[in-house]
Amino acid sequence: YTKLLFSCQFSDSAGYVGFANLPNQVHRKSVKKGFEFTLMVVGESGLGKSTLINSLFLTDLYPERYIPGAAEKIERTVQIEASTVEIEERGVKLRLTVVDTPGYGDAINSQDCFKTIIQYIDNQFERYLHDESGLNRRHIIDNRVHCCFYFISPFGHGLKPLDVEFMKALHGKVNIVPVIAKADTLTLKERERLKRRVLDEISEHGIRIYQLPDADSDEDEEFKEQTRASIPFAVIGSNQLIEVKGKKIRGRLYPWGVVEVENPEHNDFLKLRTMLVTHMQDLQEVTQDLHYENFRSERLKRTGK
Amino acid sequence: PHAGPVDSKNEAAMSELVPEPRQKPVVPMKPMGINANLLGYIGIDTIIEQMRKKTMKTGFDFNIMVVGQSGLGKSTLVNTLFKSQVSRKSSGWNREEKIPKTVEIKAIGHVIEEGGVKMKLTVIDTPGFGDQINNENCWEPIEKYINEQYEKFLKEEVNIARKKRIPDTRVHCCLYFISPTGHSLRPLDLEFMKHLSKVVNIIPVIAKADTMTLEEKTEFKQRVRKELEVNGIEFYPQKEFDEDLEDKTENDKIRQESMPFAVVGSDKEYQVNGKRVLGRKTPWGIIEVENLTHCEFALLRDFVIRTHLQDLKEVTHNIHYETYRAKRLNDNGGLPPMTVETEENHESNL
Repeated sequence: YTKLLFSCQFSDSAGYVGFANLPNQVHRKSVKKGFEFTLMVVGESGLGKSTLINSLFLTDLYPERYIPGAAEKIERTVQIEASTVEIEERGVKLRLTVVDTPGYGDAINSQDCFKTIIQYIDNQFERYLHDESGLNRRHIIDNRVHCCFYFISPFGHGLKPLDVEFMKALHGKVNIVPVIAKADTLTLKERERLKRRVLDEISEHGIRIYQLPDADSDEDEEFKEQTRASIPFAVIGSNQLIEVKGKKIRGRLYPWGVVEVENPEHNDFLKLRTMLVTHMQDLQEVTQDLHYENFRSERLKRTGK
Repeated sequence: PHAGPVDSKNEAAMSELVPEPRQKPVVPMKPMGINANLLGYIGIDTIIEQMRKKTMKTGFDFNIMVVGQSGLGKSTLVNTLFKSQVSRKSSGWNREEKIPKTVEIKAIGHVIEEGGVKMKLTVIDTPGFGDQINNENCWEPIEKYINEQYEKFLKEEVNIARKKRIPDTRVHCCLYFISPTGHSLRPLDLEFMKHLSKVVNIIPVIAKADTMTLEEKTEFKQRVRKELEVNGIEFYPQKEFDEDLEDKTENDKIRQESMPFAVVGSDKEYQVNGKRVLGRKTPWGIIEVENLTHCEFALLRDFVIRTHLQDLKEVTHNIHYETYRAKRLNDNGGLPPMTVETEENHESNL
């Protein structure tokens, strides 16, 4: 197959072997196979998580949503709910799993609320480890969590004690991307102040959030720098279409104006979406090479295998 | 003019001078009397003017407490309410400060004057409430503080030689800040209000309301009202303390439609349509704090300051304080030990 391709396309170029074509082949095979990606979403109730996810993937992942009242929440513990959706775009198939964590941070005493989450992530690692060590490895399903959007409240002054504890407990298990949703609650100045405060606190507590890799030679260095400088992304989501200047756009209609989700002057939504989509590969790699390997070596050391 | 008995409201206003030990009234009622037919003008109605002058001279105390998680705009809102820098935010508090590990009670007093009337305003802040990972019982320090003020007043009341005007540090109004999630109340909100609505006037407000569209606001308010009702939480103005039909009609409308007030606070001014207004400037528009189409701040302000200020004090005195007093008398089988002098010998004269 390779020789055929080589002879057809580059037969007149002496000394050319043709393995430069390999990326295309990998690409073609991946496209055929499709991609899998698992995104976990963590944050208190009412921070705009579901709306943001729906906006990001232009789909309604939560069609029959039930929002419990406060009295019910008192009894609830943290749940793990995974919804999978197949998205296809220009022939590329993505099997996206969104893992929700309802109940996180809602209880009066949130002491143990991330134990369930840690357990879930470990369980996926455990399963992969088991499959990897098994006999039939052709169809290993990768359910490991590749990325965790951690929602920071726009109503506070920075990180809350719970935010700090969660991120410290999970930065060695999953790629954490801090997000400030409902960003239309903040003026531009307040937004900058909050972002700075959050970054200061993250560094103060030695929390390791997901780092964007340096720009490749074919990537726009400046754009990458701008993206990096916007973290944590302050975003707005919306399930509604509003007519602005004759066009229907996603936004929120207030008595004092319209907030546009995809307007870079209003919020970082586009930056977040672009970052996620162009880094799915890298997020998976870091999960595999760093978080999974850490888990694996710890596990194997423990069982003395 | 026709003669009628003195309003019970006025009685209560004067009662701050020398409160009489009373039985807890079930519902404060206007005393009935006979309407006499007068043959000429006597001048009894001038008593209103006399009282007004007296209030202006003596001034009055008003103590407002704010409770809610850090960052919900409590300090800004209080500053906006009283159009002065009266909150913790303006007295050396740095917003970059760390969240305290336990709930603290910080009371800051200011004297503000308007139209010749002096108000000794005390803003009681509660930093640390609801901010920890484990917030169990975080309302206890607050309940304790409120009861301590009742105790202080009680001690003064039962003194042999008591002051002409007992300094009133009792909390007249507690603004409880609800986070604008758009979903429902949080378990902590329910727990706090359940416990504290029995000892103090609670006015729930939805903070940072500029985060919600009109639709979301209406839905959220409805849901919150329902939740409060279902859980038996009586916020101010409490149904059982409506004095007459007029009050009831007015208060019903407030309870069932306006509350909880969805507010936005700001201490910055911007130019809008040639006027200077308090507001928040965003890339998509300016949110005007006092514009009723933008938020309900003006409703809250009118409610707390312009129409129900005196009633807040009265309910605190006639109901909450009396309940505390009755309980104290029953519990200990007697009043606190009487002393000739109190520890604090200052007068609260302005």
